[in-house]
Amino acid sequence: MPRYSKAFLDHFNNPRNVGVMEDAEGVGTEKNEVCGDTMTLYLRTEGGRIAEARFQTLGCSASIAASSVTTEMVVGKSVAEARALTRHHIAEALDGIPPAKLHSAALVIDALKSALDGVEARAKEACSADSR
Amino acid sequence: MKRQIYLDHAATTPVDPRALEAMLPYFSERFGNASGVYGISQASQAALEGARETVAGILGCNPGEVIFTGGATEADNAAIAGAALGQREVGDHIVTSAIEHHAVLHACEALDDFGFETTYLGVDEYGMVEPEQVAEAVTKQTNVVSIMLANNEVGTVEPIAEIGEAVKERAARLGRGVVFHTDAAQAGGVLDLNVDRLGVDMLTLAAHKFYGPKGVGILYVRSGTPFRPFQYGGGQEGNRRAGTENIPLIVGAAEALRLAVEEQGESNEHCKALRDRLIHGILTGVPNSTLNGHPTERLPNNANFCIDGAAGESILVGLDMEGISASSGSACTSGSLDPSHVLTAMGVPAERAVGSLRLTVGKGNEDQDIDRVLEVLPRIVERLRRVSGVG
Repeated sequence: MPRYSKAFLDHFNNPRNVGVMEDAEGVGTEKNEVCGDTMTLYLRTEGGRIAEARFQTLGCSASIAASSVTTEMVVGKSVAEARALTRHHIAEALDGIPPAKLHSAALVIDALKSALDGVEARAKEACSADSR
Repeated sequence: MKRQIYLDHAATTPVDPRALEAMLPYFSERFGNASGVYGISQASQAALEGARETVAGILGCNPGEVIFTGGATEADNAAIAGAALGQREVGDHIVTSAIEHHAVLHACEALDDFGFETTYLGVDEYGMVEPEQVAEAVTKQTNVVSIMLANNEVGTVEPIAEIGEAVKERAARLGRGVVFHTDAAQAGGVLDLNVDRLGVDMLTLAAHKFYGPKGVGILYVRSGTPFRPFQYGGGQEGNRRAGTENIPLIVGAAEALRLAVEEQGESNEHCKALRDRLIHGILTGVPNSTLNGHPTERLPNNANFCIDGAAGESILVGLDMEGISASSGSACTSGSLDPSHVLTAMGVPAERAVGSLRLTVGKGNEDQDIDRVLEVLPRIVERLRRVSGVG
């Protein structure tokens, strides 16, 4: 088993923001068809910025730690800023992920992108509703 | 500091201090090349042949039928390639099972690149190979059949004697010789290794699985078996495995095997009691957990589970943080993303194979180790299920 950093083990052992978000504006679910890891990321915004993120992940320790740290990293960011996040930012925030586990961070990024798509679609809907 | 609890004896075992003791003089003091004619070489030669006789006594064969190798992977590779290429002019077919160790499977795949064809037999839900199915797969083109004695992941013990009989019968009807090999890497010091009772022409052992050193394996090759060596050089090991003999490791392997077989009954009882406590404790203490492998025909030290709603690797990291070393056949544990080929062959769906956990006990484990696992595992699984929202 690769040796994990303190930050990594902390997020794995005490994952932040676990659970379903009933009033989410964007929900992103991704599954790695090869290894079976599945994750769902929930987002809610306030005033154009992400106010809260939650997650549910069935997967290896890296998938759990990466999901957890991401829910902390995105809070306070605009949709555009959150879109700029990459798997390397996640790895950095965890003080490193073993190279073989980078795909876990990539899966989180995919889930984040689809959750952000949801947030934007919801915003557009709201806009067109207003202009009517 | 917490007591470190090692529950991965199917991966490797610590060297028995008595085996280590036997090895030590052969590093610096009696270092002679066994091929020399002078005094210190004679000592090496005597140690080598003594080790061979010890192993032969346990396998019930002639010392000349025992080859020492650089490990079980080499022994498996040499057995498959040796028997396949040894009768190249007669046939080009190999029969094996889908749950073999990669040392067998990848050797077959490599030979397939050179014009051989391999039949990979399926297994039932318990990982059991059906003897009649093996016999039916044997054709006039079949050079070698390789079925493991016991599976390393799920612990299922295969009916090798029956398979051997069925294969021989079929081969006789086809009017040709078919070499029957068994990978017994998990069985040293655990199961009967008598090659006649097993009815095998070749058998592989790994010293480090029975409290011997790593880097040394044993390959039994029945006299008269077609065998083309694939390591070229000197005439060591009866021209079947070139290279200066590693006397300290060979001495350690033989001594470890002798001790393991001598203490087999006691060790098996000890392991079985711990294993059964683990199986019962986990099946009752962790909801939605199931046992993998055969309920009765299994290695005395192996307990393997599927645990819903938690990934195997995450359970391992959780256990490791509690000082417990275990293993998983699930994806993500070795950098490979593929789920266990053994569980897949047994029909376990990928979603369930993800949550596999293997605990293999050994002679150093005590009741309190099992208590500790049964105390922390339900907690770890519960926490992971909260995170996944499944199970």
